[in-house]
Amino acid sequence: MASINPADHPGATADREEVARFARLAERWWDPDGPMRPLHRMNPLRIGWIRDHVARRHGLDVARPKPLAGLSVLDIGCGAGLASEPLARLGAGVTGIDAAGEAIEAARAQAAEAGVGVTYRTAAPETLAAEGASFDVVLALEVVEHVADRPAFLAAVAALVRPGGLAFLSTLNRTPRSLLLAKVGAEYVLRWLPPGTHDWRRFVRPSELGAELRAAGLTVRDIAGMAMDPLSGRWRTSRDVSVNYIVMADRVGG
Amino acid sequence: MSTPHPAPLSAPHPAPLRADVAVVGLGPVGAALAIALAQAGVSVVGLDRADPRVFEDPGFDGRAYAVALTSQKLLAAIGVWRHLPAPPQAMVEIRTTDGDLARGPSPLFLHFDAAEVGGTPFGWMVEARHLRLALNARMAELAAEGALRLVAPAAITRVERTAAAATVERAGGPPIRAALIAACDGRDSPLRKQAGIAETGWDYGVDAIVGALAHELPHRGTAQERFLPGGVFALLPLAGNHSAYVWCERRSVAATLMGLSDTAYARELARRAGDHLGAITPLPGRWRYPLGATHVHRYTDTRLALVGDAAHRLHPLAGQALNLGWRDVASLAEAVVGRVRLGLDCADAETLAAYQRARRAENLAMIAFTDAMHRLFSNASPPLRLVRRLGLAAFNAVGPLRRGAMRAAMGERARLPALLAGRPL
Repeated sequence: MASINPADHPGATADREEVARFARLAERWWDPDGPMRPLHRMNPLRIGWIRDHVARRHGLDVARPKPLAGLSVLDIGCGAGLASEPLARLGAGVTGIDAAGEAIEAARAQAAEAGVGVTYRTAAPETLAAEGASFDVVLALEVVEHVADRPAFLAAVAALVRPGGLAFLSTLNRTPRSLLLAKVGAEYVLRWLPPGTHDWRRFVRPSELGAELRAAGLTVRDIAGMAMDPLSGRWRTSRDVSVNYIVMADRVGG
Repeated sequence: MSTPHPAPLSAPHPAPLRADVAVVGLGPVGAALAIALAQAGVSVVGLDRADPRVFEDPGFDGRAYAVALTSQKLLAAIGVWRHLPAPPQAMVEIRTTDGDLARGPSPLFLHFDAAEVGGTPFGWMVEARHLRLALNARMAELAAEGALRLVAPAAITRVERTAAAATVERAGGPPIRAALIAACDGRDSPLRKQAGIAETGWDYGVDAIVGALAHELPHRGTAQERFLPGGVFALLPLAGNHSAYVWCERRSVAATLMGLSDTAYARELARRAGDHLGAITPLPGRWRYPLGATHVHRYTDTRLALVGDAAHRLHPLAGQALNLGWRDVASLAEAVVGRVRLGLDCADAETLAAYQRARRAENLAMIAFTDAMHRLFSNASPPLRLVRRLGLAAFNAVGPLRRGAMRAAMGERARLPALLAGRPL
């Protein structure tokens, strides 16, 4: 039931205060029992969902070593690399970008320590799009709820997805449940997240996100709710998208 | 079984070998773990202080393992079973009797018949050397594919475990840097001691003498277990007219038996074995092991997991020590493979905690069960013996209860790790 958002939103569409807040947290993000504990717990589910969809689209066997070899991945709002690094270990060529330079420094240090090759840059997606970069897979995980100008951000995301490529976005729904659980519960009651992590009014309904993605040129192909089993503490996918959810969209044609 | 990546001797600071898992100890449990992980695409370095090939020496050495049904499925799923050099002997019937030497076995024996649970054998008797050959052949296959790196013999000089990584340093080669060290280094596990993990245990004051014998009549795949006042005496069917025996006696008696002449030893052995197999002839070789039970206070430490005998030891009356080790392997391999296939750290606190949770209760239950059986049957008081006999007879009469116990003895549980159901990871 956590609502977690370590990632921050970059560049022109980023909100300065939020960038600074996450930069302060960056160094502690890799501690599984640190302030990003809920994200560490949710990470296997997110990574697995992304991995399985990418593998299905490209006919890859996830039981083989480095199944994502040969694919390029852009992780927007990568933070300290919690998604970038695992995907690089699975063989993908990963670029991680974040507006917070401190987070990028933390990500680089961690990758060097782990011996994993990820290209990290302090950059905004708009910058990469202007450079003409494009990727097989573009991720924006726990990012859009922190973005000031969502349509502009989603246009940049779409520009970075290669034709035939995939975009994955995970975020929080704007429902009474998410206000209670993700905002009040996670930040003030359970203290899973620092108070002020989220602004509930920036949470996005799946229908809104779908329409905005379509306007940007991306089509939503799958959506899953992500919920924590309160007994086991494990995150599972479910049809309930009322709090945390993840979508996959693709870009057809040129 | 030599390292495929020998370090140049001149390199003062050789680059470390990187791996997801370093398996330390390549006995039957460690080798199975290394194979299970490597086969599933996890990067593994296997280390042992001895070259595993030295245990391939020809000649029947009289030691054999009871391999439970689920363990057989695991060995098949990891590609080891098909390398056994000879078909192992299936155990299709288990007869348990309570008796004394003067009067012979009680007629109220406990009788398990595999036909009652669908005709699948309870397990197989596999000669230790055959298992070694099969494990080595499978490890060599995976090493040839580049899926498994073996460093044996390896002289480990230092092991360091930090939140970031574990490092195994050794003489004459580059260190190994891994996310996880799997300690399969046996009951005196140096890795467990280094981690300061305490264990609780006791000594039974009893030794087991093991060996093999030839007999006149066929055993028909039947295992015999007699609860004698001195301890358990078990006959386990091997290929042909041979059986392995496990003979438990109080330590002083066992010492005397070990010192007997072959003729006197054969006579004592025949008294325990009974006459249902006709004349018996012991095969050369007797080995003695002290019996005890131990259980570690925790299965894990920073980037360390204890597996098999390094974590638990128990009375052999149920033949479960190695089977429990392989069940540890199935749980740990499944947890590690799941994490590695997500590109995630396979030795994070949650994964290690899940491994301990999966194994601790079952291993403790088996230690407690074998301990209770030992205590119940090693008491020679007449009333207790009567209770025992009636108890066994009543247990025998209750079909469903017995079938449940049989399935439990075969190692089946409601939710099994994939490998124990014979499914590769």
